[in-house]
Amino acid sequence: MKEAQEFVWMGAIPLQIHLHESEVTTVPPPPPALILAPRIGYLPLLLPLIKPYFSSTLPPGVDTVWFEYKGLPLKWYIPTGVLFDLLCAEPERPWNLTIHFRGYPSHLLIPCEGEDSVKWNFINSLKEADYIINGNCKNVMHMSQSDQLELWNSVVNANLEAFIRSSSKLKSGTIEDDYASKSSLSSQKSQKMIGEADTSVQTKTGKVPVRLYVWNVSEDFGDMEDAPPIDSWDRISYVNRPLEIHREEGKCFTLHDAIKTLLPELFGKKRKPSEGENDEQSFGSEEETKNNRMTEEGEGNISQPLETGSTADDDPEIKLLRIQGIEPKLETPISWVANHLRHPENFLHVCVYIKVPSAKSL
Amino acid sequence: MNESAWDGTLSASEFSASAQAFAEKWKLNNPAYPPWTWVKSLEVPIFATNQVEEGYLSLENVCIVKSNDDEVASCVEGEASLYDKEDEESTDSATLSGNDNVQPYYFDFHIIYSASFRVPVLYFRAYCSDEAYPSALLSNQVFLADGRSLGLNEIESVLPANSAKVLLESKWTFITQEEHPYLNRPWCKLHPCGSSDWMKLLFQAVEKVDRPAMELYLVSWFSVVGPVIGLGIPIQMLKEP
Repeated sequence: MKEAQEFVWMGAIPLQIHLHESEVTTVPPPPPALILAPRIGYLPLLLPLIKPYFSSTLPPGVDTVWFEYKGLPLKWYIPTGVLFDLLCAEPERPWNLTIHFRGYPSHLLIPCEGEDSVKWNFINSLKEADYIINGNCKNVMHMSQSDQLELWNSVVNANLEAFIRSSSKLKSGTIEDDYASKSSLSSQKSQKMIGEADTSVQTKTGKVPVRLYVWNVSEDFGDMEDAPPIDSWDRISYVNRPLEIHREEGKCFTLHDAIKTLLPELFGKKRKPSEGENDEQSFGSEEETKNNRMTEEGEGNISQPLETGSTADDDPEIKLLRIQGIEPKLETPISWVANHLRHPENFLHVCVYIKVPSAKSL
Repeated sequence: MNESAWDGTLSASEFSASAQAFAEKWKLNNPAYPPWTWVKSLEVPIFATNQVEEGYLSLENVCIVKSNDDEVASCVEGEASLYDKEDEESTDSATLSGNDNVQPYYFDFHIIYSASFRVPVLYFRAYCSDEAYPSALLSNQVFLADGRSLGLNEIESVLPANSAKVLLESKWTFITQEEHPYLNRPWCKLHPCGSSDWMKLLFQAVEKVDRPAMELYLVSWFSVVGPVIGLGIPIQMLKEP
């Protein structure tokens, strides 16, 4: 548990930051700034480090800072590592970003009032995750201001020890592992299992807070190097739905199952339009039963390596799936992924490139 | 879900059923307003398949006038106000012309289901009258490309006095600018994390049933949320059909 978490927290991306040419008032222009950005951090948090490089050359005016990559204004509320995983099909190191101190694109991006905006975006996400996991956000609401601040500072400083200390009050829990034995779990006494009240029942239910970024790839390309740049956020579909896990005894709920559950629009092709109209549960559950059925029918499909994608002709093909900079195999149990690769606000951020057969796209 | 302990939330399909009931009641009781329309998520590329139910409620181009005596009235362009203030008819507080100090604002409202909180969430944006855009353009996702919709600090001055006060006190937890889940652009959002709690209380107080009629969920919900942005609903809407 701890080891993977350490890797996640130590993860960083070397940035080479250029000042946009329209804001350069000196000759020669200032050299780019080289900075190591924590993956779990947010771009505006780097400002105290970046500003000194460029402050002497800026035109007069008030700072409204934003970042851009190949013409795309970057959303500051997405963790830096997720932006990198999503926008650099082929990892680019150092990552060349452009910084602007003027002309904020407020029609595209949520305004950012410095660290406070980033902090509250984080706290509100933490609340959302708390609600998904526990059915209320009392754990976060009842945190004292100083505890909240301590937690936030641990994220700003990418300090895992401090984070473990201050997040223990949150009871955010872990998803019960599919593969680990009960004894090894119970040894981590600070961790609470979801669904531990009904361990005698065969099907277990758990909810995982997930933020899924889907790039619907229309062009065909062989290498990731040939992937066209993402020039507009409209090309990315953002799916913010909790993942519902209905586990059955003896079956492993995999990452592949998770993606299919989260995207019934793409993978639920056997579904008829009329179905599910009186569905009392949220729509994940119905897909769930379906997916399990598909697992039974096509065991071979599931264990296919990632590269080949799915075998059925009209099935969408997962070209690439990245979480925290790695490309986990699709048969990895979701419990492991959720417990080890989630971000400090308890959301699992998943980037997928999906190629949808032309019959299914618009 | 355990029937005896309803938690104040609703499912996605209950939301869409309730939204349709709400839109119908609105049309019956507020004939002078534009109707709420159901926007299918079909218009959003990747979700374009069989999910007939998924979408959100939309009411656009609603003019809200904040007059000098700090009273907010709403109206449809060119028509007298139907806004009932505590059951009193107040037809003269919302005339659009003749008063230079009155600045009409136009609001777009979207009610969107949150799968995380399992409750409806109100998203809105405002823009000034002289920059009003035809509603056809707006619903077409052609956003105010030059960014002339109001920022949160400007919206504060348009909100009813009480909401503006709460906005100041709870800057980050009441109304914030967030991304519209379908349109991918910054909109104002009324925070939903307490909604299930007060919806539970609301239903428990009125009805002595374990699980209330979900059809009425949105009407009740909007009777609380609407006034926050200066949009009341006629009392008739809350009555059983």
